[in-house]
Amino acid sequence: MADKLLFDRIDEPGLDTIEVYKRRGGYQQLERALRMTPEEVLQNLLDSGLRGRGGAGFAMGKKVSFLPRGGMDKYLVCNADESEPGTFKDRELMQKSPHMLIEGMVIAAYAAGANRSFIYIRGEYELQAMKLEAALIEAREAGYLGEDILGSGHSQTLYLHRGAGAYICGEETGLLDSLEGKRGNPRLKPPFPANQGLYQGPTLINNVETLATVPHIIRMSGTEYAKLGVENSAGTKLISISGNVQRPGNYEIELGMKARDIIYGLAGGPEPGREIKFWFPGGSSSPVLKPEDLDRGYDFDSMARAGSMLGSGAIIVVDDSNSVVDVALTLAKFYRHESCGKCTPCREGTNWTVKMLERIHAGDATPMDLDIIASVQDQIMGNCLCVLGDAMAMPLSSMVAKFRDEFEQYIEDKRAAAGLGEIPEPTPIEIAGAAA
Amino acid sequence: MAEQSSAVARYGHGSRIPGWDDSVDLSKDPAVVPDPATTPVPDELRAQIEAAMAKYPNFRSAAIPALHAAQDLHGWCSPTAIEQAACVMRLTPGYLTAVATFYDMFETKPVGRQRVYVCTNISCSLRGGKEMLEAVKAAAGDDPDLNVRGFECLGACDIAPMASVNGEFVGPLEPADAEQLIADLKEGREVLPDKQLSRRACADPGARSDG
Repeated sequence: MADKLLFDRIDEPGLDTIEVYKRRGGYQQLERALRMTPEEVLQNLLDSGLRGRGGAGFAMGKKVSFLPRGGMDKYLVCNADESEPGTFKDRELMQKSPHMLIEGMVIAAYAAGANRSFIYIRGEYELQAMKLEAALIEAREAGYLGEDILGSGHSQTLYLHRGAGAYICGEETGLLDSLEGKRGNPRLKPPFPANQGLYQGPTLINNVETLATVPHIIRMSGTEYAKLGVENSAGTKLISISGNVQRPGNYEIELGMKARDIIYGLAGGPEPGREIKFWFPGGSSSPVLKPEDLDRGYDFDSMARAGSMLGSGAIIVVDDSNSVVDVALTLAKFYRHESCGKCTPCREGTNWTVKMLERIHAGDATPMDLDIIASVQDQIMGNCLCVLGDAMAMPLSSMVAKFRDEFEQYIEDKRAAAGLGEIPEPTPIEIAGAAA
Repeated sequence: MAEQSSAVARYGHGSRIPGWDDSVDLSKDPAVVPDPATTPVPDELRAQIEAAMAKYPNFRSAAIPALHAAQDLHGWCSPTAIEQAACVMRLTPGYLTAVATFYDMFETKPVGRQRVYVCTNISCSLRGGKEMLEAVKAAAGDDPDLNVRGFECLGACDIAPMASVNGEFVGPLEPADAEQLIADLKEGREVLPDKQLSRRACADPGARSDG
């Protein structure tokens, strides 16, 4: 197991102050990076193979290289909205080591040629916002932000922007609209933010963890960092484990570790006497996996091969004391609430999915409703400007497909309990996309 | 059964569609940018909003910080609060209302000053978040000073089930904690100090060692 990078002695008292952070070698990587050319820094990011830690897993170096060169106003935005259910890694990082993020942001902005930067933090993180605000003041006083940083000629402003509670603002274009002072509706892509982002300028958007990793890449050099982890999934990853486990929390792992070792080894597995029923490998938006997938490595490619995704690295474990119907309903209600309403498939699809699940919950459904639920999910996926709808459709359709027996049993039991008798013969009707 | 499903539920106005929460007077002209001469704005609020506007290349970006400041002062995004923020920002109240209604943390109805957000999302509900919300609501009773509401994932699933009490995250909670939580809040004490997230160490054993 590699040494901790991001979580190295994270609980050290006073790490949120510049004094302790510098005593531990903080901001040295910034000085080093500013002595390189921006192209050399970018080459290190490309060599590192670092993939975005926010959910999409896009190569960070490549994203930086998409920004046009030249002297125009360019922006760097740190996505600290972290509202994917089950994810809470950035919270711990920002609260305990805010300067690591600031250092990473200045290095990344230097590589991208960006001179204005923002941290968009979700409104609910009040303690973390306070810590970051204090850290920003310290960094400005120490000359790590502002005009001509450390005599390098690179100037950068960095401000903290607090959101106000909207899941959709974690989506990059929704975040940009929100940062511009509008309702957080996603935009049509292309143009991608690298060309037209914040205030129509070229914009680089990265997750907190991605940016906080940048100083470590400079310290180790990109090629050394790439040796951590497995192929296509370089480096270490913060994972958030929650749900029915004995030791929920944030852990830093080297990518490629067996999922079983994470859930049972680190988090202690479910309570004694309970079994894992299914688990979300990458936040509530990832398709669910069954216990037989526990022996796979936890990395981008292995999770994709299992039919799911690494997402934000948030593992949610559900044990056998919970009904899959309840989990599905809780999830669907969340996505209905958070849908911004811009695209019809998502706005209507999330609403009707909740209505059908409520019907199942009330014992007023037939197995045909399951086909309709599956067909609604098919019609949401890929048909909207952003992936919020897909974020409900993917786990929902995987639950219906993998636990169809349980759904059907649930429907029958509820009907019997309500004294409704046998399920009536279904009237055959055409359902778009439903399995025959 | 057959009767149940054929009887379509209708709202008071006879439609199956709920309609808007509030009616709109179409005979009125839309509100214009408030006149600074007739809109008194507290100095502190004005200073806060102007400082926020100065941070961005485009002043409109300060809409959310301005609404946060106005809500902190007035307790909710009341018409007065919106008007004052709109006056400083030189925007129409309609623009800021549109923004305020989008975000969960902006209250568009009068609420209590003390915020208790109980998470009811997936990780918390697996550990009794919904029961927790009921318990806190019961403990709060109908105290007008308290604003107890269920909230979507607050990003603290490691301490599930949890609540955010005026921004302080506390957990893991048990229904028995609800009384204590409300009592602490009412008497102005620190809320459940042992369960505050800010005092919690990282779960990763490798991160704890001081080597």
